[in-house]
Amino acid sequence: MILVYVDHDRGELSELSLQALAFGRHLADGDEPVHALMVGASALEGAGTLAAYGVTTVHLAVHDALTDYTPVASARAAAELVTRLAPRAVVAIGDQRGNEVMAHLGAITDLPVAADCTEVTLGDPTRVVRARWGGNLIEHGILHGATPLLTLVPHTVRADAPGDGVGNVEQFTPELTDTDLLVRVVDRVAESHGGISLTDAKVIVSGGRGVGSAEGFGLLEDLAGLLGGAIGASRVVTAAGWRPHDEQVGQTGTKVSPDLYIACGISGASQHLAGCHTSKTILVINNDADAPIMAHADYAVIGDLHTILPAIIDATRAAKAG
Amino acid sequence: MEVLVCIKRVPLSGGRFVLTEDQSEVDTRRLGFTISPHEECAVELAVQLVEAHGGAATVLALGTPESLEQIRESMAVGIDRGILLETDGAEWDAQGTATAIADAIRADGTEFDVMLFGNESADAANSQVGIRVARLLGRPVLTGLQGMSVTDGTLRGERAAAGGREVFAVPLPAVATVKDGVTIPRYPSVPGRIRAKKKPVAQSTPTRPEPRLEKVSYTLPAETGKRATVLGTGPEAADAVVEVFRKIGAI
Repeated sequence: MILVYVDHDRGELSELSLQALAFGRHLADGDEPVHALMVGASALEGAGTLAAYGVTTVHLAVHDALTDYTPVASARAAAELVTRLAPRAVVAIGDQRGNEVMAHLGAITDLPVAADCTEVTLGDPTRVVRARWGGNLIEHGILHGATPLLTLVPHTVRADAPGDGVGNVEQFTPELTDTDLLVRVVDRVAESHGGISLTDAKVIVSGGRGVGSAEGFGLLEDLAGLLGGAIGASRVVTAAGWRPHDEQVGQTGTKVSPDLYIACGISGASQHLAGCHTSKTILVINNDADAPIMAHADYAVIGDLHTILPAIIDATRAAKAG
Repeated sequence: MEVLVCIKRVPLSGGRFVLTEDQSEVDTRRLGFTISPHEECAVELAVQLVEAHGGAATVLALGTPESLEQIRESMAVGIDRGILLETDGAEWDAQGTATAIADAIRADGTEFDVMLFGNESADAANSQVGIRVARLLGRPVLTGLQGMSVTDGTLRGERAAAGGREVFAVPLPAVATVKDGVTIPRYPSVPGRIRAKKKPVAQSTPTRPEPRLEKVSYTLPAETGKRATVLGTGPEAADAVVEVFRKIGAI
């Protein structure tokens, strides 16, 4: 059996959770069952939908104190399942929460964790291929652990479309101490700019050094507004204070994979590409036809973005009106 | 307040890596070295905490003897003392690293109120060392922080989450792993650099345990072989861009 930790936001499943399930199914041998762990009673409804993604049993950890995300308690619940069910591997998506829960699980069980995998061959030994430097270097390694604990680089696999699988939800109450519940979400702050978050956006209009100033982002905001998109930025831009840090796309910022990534005045350092190269379509607006980003883009417009963007904004507005 | 910050010496590269002939290492002969970006911010936070609350800040690095360079860089911006856990350059996995760091903290004997790490190192990116050290020392740990404050014995941190930010708070002593952008690192001053040379660094050589995540070799990602289709030059290309928007369903 393959056990998949399925994260959710107060009951809401994300695209990334479904990618973790797709990877779990991919690891399963023939008709080997795939089980899932979800934590908190708010996941009850979401848990019921996982059968459609090939999950035969969802283990739903319920406890009065599990009202929002609690990383240590989630790892405790996973550790209980590892002992009780002896899965052949435990998988999570390699985002902040997935990596966090899996690291706690590794620390609790004293097992090694291979984070940010792109390929895994379970066996004796288990071989992993994992991303270093945000994917700019590929490590081939061996994971020596009785139960391989793995996280998968987001967007390595696509989520499966729901099918007509049948499964059941089994509730259990993990044994938790106060220490396990100490780290939990105590408050939430709404998105400061009120728009769509980077990770959810289908379109991202991103700016680099070439935008030239904080004011220069006004044009990017106009285009993002027309396309229902979010604003992204390179590290140079956030370090200069032109844009808030949570808009940084890249190895040390947010890793995004929108349908359309519009890179304005971004040359394409490897650290930036690490955060956006899985985007479905990349459009570059840059005055340098030889910028490194050209080798990762689908389309490009060469020239000064300060004159090109207003023209694109006008043409887009006209197209939408027409 | 006693603050510890753990850093790692990593090569500095914005382009394509070059591998050694046997593909076992990155060829760093033409590369400079630096502190991982997340940890640069952690160092700054450590200095700020001591400025605000008094006490002392300690920097710890596990790495080759050359890691002393990164320890001195941290001292140049205000860290008071250093601990260097020397290695021969062989790869240490997350478990081995965390165990050596926890052992060194116990041996040092200082009761650190706040222990800071980067969320993940720039190179290996195991995303585990801070969490594993916290567990070994029985401390709560907040991870991936993009905002952090310490007041009245409470460490409060926030990070991006669906629809905004999620906030955590734990009592001290506690561990935090932070991300680039959590604060803006300062530049070292010339007097700072001079003072750094005289600050104490304790050195020891822990034994590397057999790695349980064993690195075998490296490869480089395949060249994309891609070349962007140029839609045009200047504002005249706008209509072609809108055609692309239409084709992919963006409008």
